[in-house]
Amino acid sequence: MTKEIVQLDRVIIRFAGDSGDGMQLTGDRFTSSTAAFGNDLSTLPDFPAEIRAPAGTVLGVSSFQLHFADHQITTPGDAPNVLVAMNPAAMKVNLKDLPRGADLIVDSDEFTKRNLTRVGYEVNPLDDGSLNSYKVHAIQLTSLTVEALKGMDVSKKEAERAKNMFALGLLSWLYHRPTDGTVTFLKEKFGRKPEILKANLAAFEAGWSYGETTEDFSVQYEVAPAEMKTGTYRNISGNIALSYGLIAAGQQAQLPLYLGSYPITPASDILHELSKHKRFGVRTFQAEDEIAGVSAAIGASYGGAIGLTTTSGPGVALKSEAIGLAVALELPLVVVNVQRGGPSTGLPTKTEQSDLLQAMFGRNGEAPVPIIAPNSPADCFDAAIEAVRIALKYRTPVFLLSDGSLANGSEPWKIPPVADLPDLRVEFATKLNHVAADGTEEYWPYLRDPETLARPWAIPGTPGLEHRIGGIEKADGPGHISYDSDNHDRMVRLRQAKIDGIAKDIPPLAVDDPDGDARILVLGWGSTYGPTGAAVQRMRRTGAKIAHAHLRYLNPFPANTGEVLKRYDKVVLPEMNLGQLSMLLRAKFLVDIIGFNQVRGLPFKATEIVEFLEDVMKNG
Amino acid sequence: MAESVLDFPSLKLVPKTDAPQSAKDFKTDQEVRWCPGCGDYAILAAVQSFLPELGLARENIVFVSGIGCSSRFPYYMNTYGMHSIHGRAPAIATGLATSRQDLSVWVVTGDGDALSIGGNHLIHALRRNVNLKILLFNNRIYGLTKGQYSPTSELGKITKSTPLGSLDYPFNPVSLALGAEATFVARTIDSDRKHLTQVLRAAAEHEGTALVEIYQNCNIFNDGAWDPLKDSERRDDFTIRLEHGKPIVFGANGGKGVARMPNGTVQVVDVASVGLNNLLVHDAHADDPGVAFALSRLSDPVRLNNTAIGVFREVRRASYDTLMSEQIDSEIAKKGAGDLAALLAGNDTWAID
Repeated sequence: MTKEIVQLDRVIIRFAGDSGDGMQLTGDRFTSSTAAFGNDLSTLPDFPAEIRAPAGTVLGVSSFQLHFADHQITTPGDAPNVLVAMNPAAMKVNLKDLPRGADLIVDSDEFTKRNLTRVGYEVNPLDDGSLNSYKVHAIQLTSLTVEALKGMDVSKKEAERAKNMFALGLLSWLYHRPTDGTVTFLKEKFGRKPEILKANLAAFEAGWSYGETTEDFSVQYEVAPAEMKTGTYRNISGNIALSYGLIAAGQQAQLPLYLGSYPITPASDILHELSKHKRFGVRTFQAEDEIAGVSAAIGASYGGAIGLTTTSGPGVALKSEAIGLAVALELPLVVVNVQRGGPSTGLPTKTEQSDLLQAMFGRNGEAPVPIIAPNSPADCFDAAIEAVRIALKYRTPVFLLSDGSLANGSEPWKIPPVADLPDLRVEFATKLNHVAADGTEEYWPYLRDPETLARPWAIPGTPGLEHRIGGIEKADGPGHISYDSDNHDRMVRLRQAKIDGIAKDIPPLAVDDPDGDARILVLGWGSTYGPTGAAVQRMRRTGAKIAHAHLRYLNPFPANTGEVLKRYDKVVLPEMNLGQLSMLLRAKFLVDIIGFNQVRGLPFKATEIVEFLEDVMKNG
Repeated sequence: MAESVLDFPSLKLVPKTDAPQSAKDFKTDQEVRWCPGCGDYAILAAVQSFLPELGLARENIVFVSGIGCSSRFPYYMNTYGMHSIHGRAPAIATGLATSRQDLSVWVVTGDGDALSIGGNHLIHALRRNVNLKILLFNNRIYGLTKGQYSPTSELGKITKSTPLGSLDYPFNPVSLALGAEATFVARTIDSDRKHLTQVLRAAAEHEGTALVEIYQNCNIFNDGAWDPLKDSERRDDFTIRLEHGKPIVFGANGGKGVARMPNGTVQVVDVASVGLNNLLVHDAHADDPGVAFALSRLSDPVRLNNTAIGVFREVRRASYDTLMSEQIDSEIAKKGAGDLAALLAGNDTWAID
């Protein structure tokens, strides 16, 4: 049967189900097909911290949202056009985000009295008219799947588990997605279990055919490929991009990578990824705790490797003392904090930007540490390389502040040619560098480069340069223990000046202001880049004059930051915290900042920022 | 000496030197700042005069320490060194040793540093068998913070923080290490230079983590803690010197011994009544650490009678660093060295022309 084909410029789909329903996998597969088709896209996985919360309850609902378009997009989208709900709990949790007129696809088999009662529905919402404002497609996903697999050598339970593939097949048909990728993926995943493979392929095909034959769906949609810059692309998540950035940095520095880490959500995937790449000489050490992870990284850096540690906020709290040691030792170290909701255990699987002040100040003493924040999943690659560059060049720990939404979100990435990556090679000290009063040559581990203020890096195994370093204050130059008060004052200022001086070595803050006459600046950092940028674009379409800037370097700030901020009547700063960057900017530049703050564990929606900006423009 | 007479499996990848070395070469120009009379001086001297025996390039030796009196040690060793933070030396040294097999890495720590704040790192270094030599200076007191009880202080000890007596039951570091899957565990005493040197030599030779507990006297805050094992009148009766392959005999006239009881425990016996042939023969190479553990527990933590010293356990197990390097080497051998462009591209790309 031939169906009407409707062209759309963009679509937002949300898959939602029990944590055990395979929604993340379904979303990932749909994303890969969409990427292969050539749409621009952005994703937002959202799942509970529990691995398997009680089935059918609102606690266990896991979802995956995908925004894809025939043009450039920067966010996973505000409100879904289509919600696929595998049970009443998934529908109930997600319905509040669904705008009127949206498509709602549910597995009606799961709308049993028991399941409905469990989530507080007294009457079946599929029957009582309460969903009338949506285009409801109540489909017996489970029984259709089981029916399609009849006669196969799989148990009823195994057959039922394939219903996510049925749903994927149906959605793939509905949006004209290519199927080869999913077929290849299933063959790889279930290659050793031929019966399960057969069942999943059959369910996928059954879902596709169902869309084609049922009258429930009268139209099929098409979203044309997006215009993108020429190049080779792949889809990539923030954690993978960050891992690749670290590996690339190791190659470009021609130094081994050493990751000391302890598993923690949402950072563990970086440990998993790096542990796969031993061929690049990457050493990964799963330590006994967070402290040992960073300590081992410091030990490796002392030996001439690029020491890395990956964690989230609670882990940073534990590592603080060791990071302070690295500040005193002046050794390279990259600390990756994939931020999550806090305080304490907080919201392990949700996103937040509330560790900025922890990165900035969370150590005893004056212990400045450079901070870099990537602004999109793909940007994690470049940010990781930049973090390593600064760590190596200035012999300092560097914070790389990612967050949960960047880590798990994904987007197309234009793969950079290796030849375009920066050269990160540094020189180890090999020679004596000072002549004592009596004429003897000696090695001073704290004799600084006059330009960068970095100290020399002499690694064990270098003859003649044997020296001792430690956490006790050192004499400026020779590096021996020194309790001298003038020396301490000088060393504290030198360490600060070294970090402040990095401002000369980073690009200035760029402002996007097409007409050059905006009076309002919207400033962002980290993962708010997407929704902030989208909000600014929307405002401009209605004639509003708004400038947009995004801080990638949080310490030190780019040299022109104060000048940029002072140029505007109003500076609006959306942050997923209660105003941490606002506080830093106010303190440093004596400018007022209008903060727009949310800590809901979810990224901003562009609409929310638009509404806030409209209010600021109207009411001041 | 030009060349070591010993074969050091743990040091096979560490460059040797042809230049003659003496204790003096391992001394730094830094003024030693321990209290006069501290047991640390004896240990420092023993280490400085023993290292030349190994014939290693001095620049390939690293001492890593934590915090405490003993942890000032690296400043006095003319090698590479790091004075780190409290309790973390084994973790820092793990990162160094596992990334640089050409280094001889030593950890210097104390009873508070290793067993209290750093207890976790110590046991995990031991079970992993990282190529580290851990010298644990045990003086049963916190010295640098001026006299609080430590995790090895005896129950009821009166200190600044326990005016009515400590309520903490002490650790026995050797028992702890044996329980933590250590492959090399030894105990020695600061004042017995010969024994100390023997134990250090055995530790250096060992492939993997070696824990050497050194009974060390803090003459300021806990003077005489180990006196029963040191003064000439009592020491022979109090100390059991373990020697691999030899029946365990001790006492002023060799009159006492250690025998295995039918119920599996070990006990101190009269040699005369049991007979030399029925004594326990010390086997440091036994797979099962059970007997070594029993030997570590013969002594009473207060009276210190029947205190065994020497090498309790010395078994072969591949070191963590070796295994880590082998994994990398075998991946490269199997699949070739990493190709960055191929990694970045992955296998699911599309082109926009």
